[in-house]
Amino acid sequence: MKLSMNYREIEGSSTGFWILLGGLALVIALAGGATLYMEHEGHYVTGMNNQIVWGMPHVFAIFLIVAASGALNVASIGTVFGKPLYKPLGRLSGLLAIALLLGGLIVLVLDLGRPDRLIVAMTYYNFKSIFAWNIILYNGFLAVTVVYLWMMMERRMNRYYRPAGLVAFLWRLILTTGTGSIFGFLVARQAYDAAIMAPMFVIMSFSYGLAVFILVLMASYNWTRRPLGDAVLLRLKNLLGVYIAAVLYFVLVFNLTNLYATEHHGIERFILLDGGIYTKLFWIVQIGLGSLLPLAMIYHPTIGKSRPAIATAAALVIVGAFAQLYVILIGGQAYPLEIFPGYEVVSSAFFDGQVNSYSPSVWEIALGVGGIALALMIVTIGVRVLRFLPESLEDAAVDPHAKGA
Amino acid sequence: MLALLLLLLPLAATADSDKDGEKEALPFSDLTFPEPARHYSAEQKCVQPVEEMRKNHMNYILHQRDETVHRGIRTRRYALEECVNCHTAQDDKGEYVPINAPDQFCYSCHSYASVKIDCFQCHATKPVRPSTLNTPEADATDSTEKLSNDIRQLLASEGQAQ
Amino acid sequence: MSESSKLADAARRNFLARAGVAAGAAAVAPGVFLSTSTAHARPADEPVSSEKRWGILVDTTKCASDCNDCVTACENENGWGSSEPNSDAAQKAHWIRSVTIKNKATGFAKTLPMMCQHCETPPCVDVCPTGASFRRADGIVLVDKHICIGCRYCMMACPYKARSFVHEDLHDQKPWAPRGKGTVESCTMCDHRVDKGQIPACVEACSADNHNALIFGDLYDENSEISQALKAKDSVELRADLGLNTGVRYRGI
Repeated sequence: MKLSMNYREIEGSSTGFWILLGGLALVIALAGGATLYMEHEGHYVTGMNNQIVWGMPHVFAIFLIVAASGALNVASIGTVFGKPLYKPLGRLSGLLAIALLLGGLIVLVLDLGRPDRLIVAMTYYNFKSIFAWNIILYNGFLAVTVVYLWMMMERRMNRYYRPAGLVAFLWRLILTTGTGSIFGFLVARQAYDAAIMAPMFVIMSFSYGLAVFILVLMASYNWTRRPLGDAVLLRLKNLLGVYIAAVLYFVLVFNLTNLYATEHHGIERFILLDGGIYTKLFWIVQIGLGSLLPLAMIYHPTIGKSRPAIATAAALVIVGAFAQLYVILIGGQAYPLEIFPGYEVVSSAFFDGQVNSYSPSVWEIALGVGGIALALMIVTIGVRVLRFLPESLEDAAVDPHAKGA
Repeated sequence: MLALLLLLLPLAATADSDKDGEKEALPFSDLTFPEPARHYSAEQKCVQPVEEMRKNHMNYILHQRDETVHRGIRTRRYALEECVNCHTAQDDKGEYVPINAPDQFCYSCHSYASVKIDCFQCHATKPVRPSTLNTPEADATDSTEKLSNDIRQLLASEGQAQ
Repeated sequence: MSESSKLADAARRNFLARAGVAAGAAAVAPGVFLSTSTAHARPADEPVSSEKRWGILVDTTKCASDCNDCVTACENENGWGSSEPNSDAAQKAHWIRSVTIKNKATGFAKTLPMMCQHCETPPCVDVCPTGASFRRADGIVLVDKHICIGCRYCMMACPYKARSFVHEDLHDQKPWAPRGKGTVESCTMCDHRVDKGQIPACVEACSADNHNALIFGDLYDENSEISQALKAKDSVELRADLGLNTGVRYRGI
């Protein structure tokens, strides 16, 4: 089964390549401007306030961080679970993971009240805080993945490639457990405070990360006119189907548990029935467009083999992912804190007992989109300067025993 | 690593000029030190000799900051408020000028040295209440002061011993 | 060489002797102060001690539905309230606020002040990545704004919505209550006053107008007014189900 795979940098001299790079640079520059404006004026120019303290930047940042962990999954399947079909995809998987994580972290950091104190965040640690652990986990993930890529790409280091892959795999699971626990550990809020948040985020990362991976893979092979066979693509899309279903399962269990406990009926009613935008986002975008529709497309006997349909399904998963994170993050904060159980709030100077409203500002959205652009830019430059992409992923190249082709 | 190299650059420049024999003017040496609209109290000397404060004022303030915020120690000698009380200048009309205004005590020097001050986003920049630096109770309770002087003396003598 | 090391030795002995005296004084001091039950001024150079735990009892039966005295007093003392002209109502800081609640089953309505509850095990302290959110030895929960990075995780974690984030540049802060853009803040139980042996501004305002709905004192001192009042009549913690053992307690709800 020893396959010799040729990796090569993309040519990166076409007009399209420079347009892509220029476009991404422009988006990053706009995001930079928006960030400077927000930092200079203060957060009053954003839609965030003392009720909704985490807004659109956090939706983008958490999407990118969760997807980063999931993007590395492809490499893990090749290394840890020894599936030869996935091995040629490992390098791109690692690069994408690093790029997405950097994109997410920069959004997170730039939304801090005092981003100039990043050094404080790196030098003062409260080890009871899951947030502090996440700082270590994120930095460690970058280091572990770089080492993993090095073992993968440097022939002399190939023999350490399996243990490195195993470390990266475990690190990734712990990392996303930590990200989910940011919400799982919030004891006071009705929408969070659930241990299932951690595994749910792990599964969400598989789904989000693979959807991003599929899109990036299809785009890079399409735009560089390198062959990408059905063996790889159909396997990946079937896997995406499994992950979508798994996320749905976790969402179902999470909500069923809440529906059973009377104290959580308020938040469930809010999300599932009368929460306005959050209810719509949950049912229409997260469940309908982001889960059921892509599932149907992926497993449809004929549509499921069409490349535009596969790309659309992956894109829909990402749209659904944003809806899901928006509902968890913003919806969870919009629902009022239960400070006086048994009482209703008649009046308050500080919006107690009321559903909090949030309308994201253009600055916040620009910052978030900038994070995505940064991640894509890192990938674009990465595949241009180093040998991340196999010259060919046609069926005969990835699996000599593939039938048909 | 890059930052370290940048830090070392000025040193490299000095080394070169020494080798040349004739002293060339160092970069930026034509800049004159800005004269701040400074103010010192006539009755009150600074809490440490001026040379010591020029070099180490940030350490005193940093130490006092943690002592006050975390341990509730409210001695006045190194309280930032007392720095402001003493070093703010008044304008022609007798109004206090914020100590972080460009030509005032803190900022004139800090902008010359390109060191950003992080104090006055939060801390008051003008005197609000009278100084309690010289009141009997402030002096009487300053036993930490004696201790910290002892520590300083001890460290200094150990430094000489080595 | 030997001369200077002798010097160092002398200095060390001198230092140790004085340190010993200071430690002795610190050990004696609590005993001395225990005899006086009223609030007293702790020497300025003595750190706060875990022998005390400051708390406030709110007797909501004495709170008038239209009274806002404690809130106004806090605004004046600590300089919040009108300091953020650009922020909207949901973005402005609130260290203490007046809330009117009504029992869902009986319709019984109450007005009460809400602020940081100064928990013994504060969720905001648990989640803070840098340790900026901390609990002082005497039970007051504070933000060290010097190391606050403005991540707002403490605001997510607080069950009482007691914390605010400063959304814009501030000017003319009070020297005793520093606060600024990009950091989180909340009720300090007027630590600057308490450290001088005074009572918090809200409590002072409440008793100045003879409402006497707020009692401040040392929860660990059996003879303090607050301990006696808590022992004599029923009171509750808000969200007692969370087991946070709050320093602020309520009567009449």
